Amino acid sequence: MSVFWNVWIIGLTLICLALVLWVLLANRKVAVRDDQDPENRTTGHVYDGIEEYDNPLPLWWFKLFILTMVFSAIYLILYPGLGSFKGIWGWTSANELKADQDRGREQYAESYERFMAMPIEELVHDQSAMKMGLRLFANNCAVCHGADGGGNFGIPNLTDNDWLYGGSPETIQTTITHGRGGNMPAWGPLLGEEKVSQVSHFVRQISGQEHDADLALAGKAVFTQNCVACHGADGKGSKDVGAPNLTDSTWLYSGSLEGITHSVRNGLANKMPAQKDLLRQEKIHVLAAYVYSLSFDYGE
Amino acid sequence: MGSELASAEQPNYNYNVVRQFTVMTIVWGVVGMSVGVLLAAQLFWPELNDLFQPYSHFGRLRPLHTNAVIFAFGGCALFATSYYVVQRTCQAKLFGGFLIPFTFWGWQLVIVLAAITLPMGYTSSKEYAELEWPIDILITLVWVAYAIVFFGTIVKRKTSHIYVANWFFGAFILTVAVLHVVNSAAVPVNAFKSYSAYSGAADAMIQWWYGHNAVGFFLTAGFLGIMYYFVPKQANRPVYSYQLSIVHFWALISIYIWAGPHHLHYSALPDWAQSLGMVMSLILLAPSWGGMINGIMTLSGAWDKLRTDPTLRFLVVSLSFYGMSTFEGPMMAIKTVNALSHNTDWTIGHVHSGALGWVAMISIGAVYHLIPNLYNRKQMWSVSLINTHFWLATVGTVLYIASMWVNGILQGLMWRAFNKDGSLTYSFIDAVEQSYPGYFVRFLGGAFFLAGMVLMAYNAYRTIEEANEESAVDAANEPQTA
Repeated sequence: MSVFWNVWIIGLTLICLALVLWVLLANRKVAVRDDQDPENRTTGHVYDGIEEYDNPLPLWWFKLFILTMVFSAIYLILYPGLGSFKGIWGWTSANELKADQDRGREQYAESYERFMAMPIEELVHDQSAMKMGLRLFANNCAVCHGADGGGNFGIPNLTDNDWLYGGSPETIQTTITHGRGGNMPAWGPLLGEEKVSQVSHFVRQISGQEHDADLALAGKAVFTQNCVACHGADGKGSKDVGAPNLTDSTWLYSGSLEGITHSVRNGLANKMPAQKDLLRQEKIHVLAAYVYSLSFDYGE
Repeated sequence: MGSELASAEQPNYNYNVVRQFTVMTIVWGVVGMSVGVLLAAQLFWPELNDLFQPYSHFGRLRPLHTNAVIFAFGGCALFATSYYVVQRTCQAKLFGGFLIPFTFWGWQLVIVLAAITLPMGYTSSKEYAELEWPIDILITLVWVAYAIVFFGTIVKRKTSHIYVANWFFGAFILTVAVLHVVNSAAVPVNAFKSYSAYSGAADAMIQWWYGHNAVGFFLTAGFLGIMYYFVPKQANRPVYSYQLSIVHFWALISIYIWAGPHHLHYSALPDWAQSLGMVMSLILLAPSWGGMINGIMTLSGAWDKLRTDPTLRFLVVSLSFYGMSTFEGPMMAIKTVNALSHNTDWTIGHVHSGALGWVAMISIGAVYHLIPNLYNRKQMWSVSLINTHFWLATVGTVLYIASMWVNGILQGLMWRAFNKDGSLTYSFIDAVEQSYPGYFVRFLGGAFFLAGMVLMAYNAYRTIEEANEESAVDAANEPQTA
């Protein structure tokens, strides 16, 4: 804070408080004394028939006013408030937060230490870890993936065995830590509406759905030229770039002809945010185990 | 009393504009509160968002509700009462010529534009200042005209001193002008979109400097102006203490302006600004209560009038809610309390104990005083309807704030609950689920309050109709002398 602003803040604050105190003290005296005729205890002004008594300030109110002023003066000495003056207790909100976090870390270190020592495959059988994971999931993931992890339109279902980037414990952990960004370019402007329609029918064909055979045949060529780089020659997708398998019945967006055409024409952009700066490593560990458990068949 | 004598010398006051604003106070009150009740219902029955999407969505109707009740209902009440009070206490007709109708029609245009643009989704995204820049300019023009009319009348006054009600009206008009112009400063992109002239924490600070003083000057100082005329007038008693008026007026206006940062506790705002906002909010307690003491003590020796005069009851109960809200406010500004209350329904309850209990009730009391006086009637068409309105309003307000206290504390405690393993005990949705009963009670309270407003509209309609019929009869019976 520059010297000017410092002086400005401290000066304005103190001048304002001093003036208020002066107004308070200067008006304690009553112009007309109590022993005078009560009929004439007004100020003598009349406005549209309204008169004003000259009663003194109520004493309890006066004391309350002074009390808040004294409290504030002490507060401004102990805590930051007057410009760059730090307050004699040296308190800052950043320090308080850090102290709270450190205390929490210390308090919960033991249980996290135990979990960190366990591999994820083992952790899914630990009830207390799964309970913690459920809460972490509810507070951090459920907004998009749903309370049950069932996903939503454009947001992956975490409870099935279909994975865009892979469902191994390590991959899930990587996904949570660093996030993911799936990108499908908009093919409409490049291919034109006719080819978009052809390739969409081809995708309907390889996913075993109703389609126009002629259009699908033409679409096969379009697919080979443009789509195989990500979705693979067989259309089964690639976990390296998160390109979905187009031959099954799981659809991140829509498997209808309309939906597929829309996706091809306009492209798609998905973003799973990285959690590494929000959640610490040990929480991500527990969370990864929980997500792994969602599609984990305990019966086996 | 000297009132007969005074009335003989009374100049020919301009009551036309007062009548217009008074009627629109009731109209906008019903409209704004109806939207409020719809919003309360949407929180309980979310399907109601889909009535007429996207226009009926909560996010678009919420600013419509706040603008309608604060600036349309509250604003019209302030225009009506300040124009009435300034004339009568200065014994001077309104100054300003064509500016007077301009303030009325200009303000109504602002409200209509708000009612169109907000549901359409045009918003500057600044709370309580959502209107886009062309409307902001119109507001500025109307406000400057208002200031000229009001202060021009003060200058013309025939009394030697200026009555305390006018101090408060004057402070409200001046400060709101400054607040509006500074906070609304923006860079226009096109006719319907602009971006704030400020950024980051500075933008937030300007926003809440404005936001809190919209409460402090629009909804407090302005309505204290109403209190200082209508309470002693309706009770027919002198104001309790002139000394107290002086001290609490100057203290209130010099301290209120500092209190904004308490809306930004534990945010990116620098620590010093947060602390300063907190201590100034605490010091504000006594100056705020000064107005309540002066109002309530004015009734000493005339308490019996409360039994027979429901209008006076509105005025006095509004002061009780005022005292309660202005105690609650400084308490919520304390950081430790704020850590629990911030972002919960407690805040909404606090706002409504001020908005329903104080602002609306004192306006309603003033309107019940104004209408018979403006239309030359002895009293309202039905005094017992005023009484029914009083009970609907009081019960409605109590239901509203009590349910929001419960919800607020419940939410605050659920959000901060930790498990032994360090994870949060409840997810956000758990707290929403627990809030449902409170949302229903709040809806009920709002419906009660709105029902009272509808009774008021009917009562006012019958009173004015009666007055019109009578003047028509008088005109017909007048001897035809050329």
